[in-house]
Amino acid sequence: MWEQIRANRIKSTGLVIGMACLLFIIGYFVGILVLGSPLAGLIIALIIWIIMTLVAYYQGNSIFLSISKAKKISHKDHPQLFNIVEEMKIASGLPVMPEIYIIDDPAPNAFATGRDPQHAAVAVTSGLLQRLNRDELQGVIAHEMSHIKNRDVLLMMMSGVMMGSIIILADIALWYLILGGGRSGRRSSSSGGGGQAQLIILVVGIVFIILAPILAQLLYFAISRKREYMADASAALFTRYPEGLASALEKISSSPAKLASANRTTAPMYIINPLKRKGKKASDLTSTHPPISERIRILRSMGGGSSLLDYESAFEQAHKGGGRIMPASALAGVSPLTAREPGAAVEPSKIDRARETSDLMWKLNQYSSLTCACGTKFKIPPKFKAATIKCPHCGVINHIPGR
Amino acid sequence: MVYIIIGVVVVLIGLFVLAYNGLVRLRNQMKNSWSQIDVQLKRRHDLIPNLVETAKGYMTHERETLESVTNARNLAHQTSGGGVAEQAKSEQALSGALSRFFAVVERYPDLKANQNFLALQEELTSTENKISFARQYYNDTVLNYNNKTQAIPTNIVASIGKFKSGEFFELEAPAEREVPKVSFS
Repeated sequence: MWEQIRANRIKSTGLVIGMACLLFIIGYFVGILVLGSPLAGLIIALIIWIIMTLVAYYQGNSIFLSISKAKKISHKDHPQLFNIVEEMKIASGLPVMPEIYIIDDPAPNAFATGRDPQHAAVAVTSGLLQRLNRDELQGVIAHEMSHIKNRDVLLMMMSGVMMGSIIILADIALWYLILGGGRSGRRSSSSGGGGQAQLIILVVGIVFIILAPILAQLLYFAISRKREYMADASAALFTRYPEGLASALEKISSSPAKLASANRTTAPMYIINPLKRKGKKASDLTSTHPPISERIRILRSMGGGSSLLDYESAFEQAHKGGGRIMPASALAGVSPLTAREPGAAVEPSKIDRARETSDLMWKLNQYSSLTCACGTKFKIPPKFKAATIKCPHCGVINHIPGR
Repeated sequence: MVYIIIGVVVVLIGLFVLAYNGLVRLRNQMKNSWSQIDVQLKRRHDLIPNLVETAKGYMTHERETLESVTNARNLAHQTSGGGVAEQAKSEQALSGALSRFFAVVERYPDLKANQNFLALQEELTSTENKISFARQYYNDTVLNYNNKTQAIPTNIVASIGKFKSGEFFELEAPAEREVPKVSFS
């Protein structure tokens, strides 16, 4: 059943190796052009890459969560979200419960982070909690958990770091050449034939240094897009309910709000691209995510099934001759599964859900709440130090509990 | 010649150890995922008395429904720790009683608005989901393990090491097992 993870890993390894080659070739050219020694360039490339990898591996999680201003929650803060994450933890067979974070942002979105299943976290925005019902939220969480299960987070982090290293090296080299450092005395001392060969190397090197960052980004995005389809397929498998994720994606994509705390490097981590504006169709090669309409169409054409096999055939139908997500060998032992019926739980109304979410956000921001006898509700900021508060409606002086 | 024989024996022993350890890993994974189901079943048993207690005040005319839930819960609680098949049967009865209970709840809007009841309902819904997800995962691990114990060449190791095949946990209502309906609209 987990064969496809292995198969996918091999394919992604290929892409990552491609990126590593890019990194070393650029290191080589930087060495020739800037330092006069290819080996020195390679060593510098290696050092930059190792430092960035170590930082990303050990600190990436907390850096990412703090950039997005995420707040950690426990079961009592939002029982439903917590329960859904636990359900998906069980369905995916993860060894430990990931940490759960909420980001105070009206744009509905979610992401997963963590270098391995033991150090994982999922984060959702308050806008997502407000808009989605239980089944839809389950679909989104299942998508994020399969990123954790399939080790996508680590892969994206590692290839993101490589992309960053390549960009840094290219920047260094370009600045050096622009500032005239390339005209050193070494070249003039060489003989005529060698000079011509060196000129060719120089031109090829400069072209490569300009192109490498673009190539690296294309590779990065290619890795990311494949992973999104795979995570959608796993989400359908875990929940046995593809419609939940499909309708969640529909709701998320129809929201005009833009996520404030996302940037180009962190974008592939989210369930949908947080940077793309509504109505604007990004070109295929440069987008981090496949078009949402297509993801929804595939999920909805799984024909009442929920297995990886159903997803694969739905995908192939959508892309006639456009490749596949999972290799046939990985799907050999997969038996078809019937999708379940929608959840029958009593859903709170939209207004209740919005109120519940905003109360939670006040609480996570350390606001305390107080209800006056006349029914007026106060939200008291943590900076307000007085022990009593006067109600502006009825004039009663209320004592703030705990002061 | 002697070296070749020794080499072959060493390789064979190595392969045996690898296969044996693989089987042990799968069996532990299966046992571990069974304990996941067990945790959730116990949690369901713990939640039900609270739910019945909360509902009692509102559902004065539904004594029978409430009693059937309580009885099914007690029966399931007694059989826990028994065999997989036996436990599956009593848990299935409990699931049936609960779904009848929630169908009746629809007629009591006051109860549906009770905060305590809503919280309990969320916990119970989620526990039901967790049971079915844990079952899903458990059955996957059983399938994995059984495949290994029956397929060549690991079945030889399995019979030497006395690895018994695992038991599936079936909790599905008969309707769920039917062929999916196909509509031509």
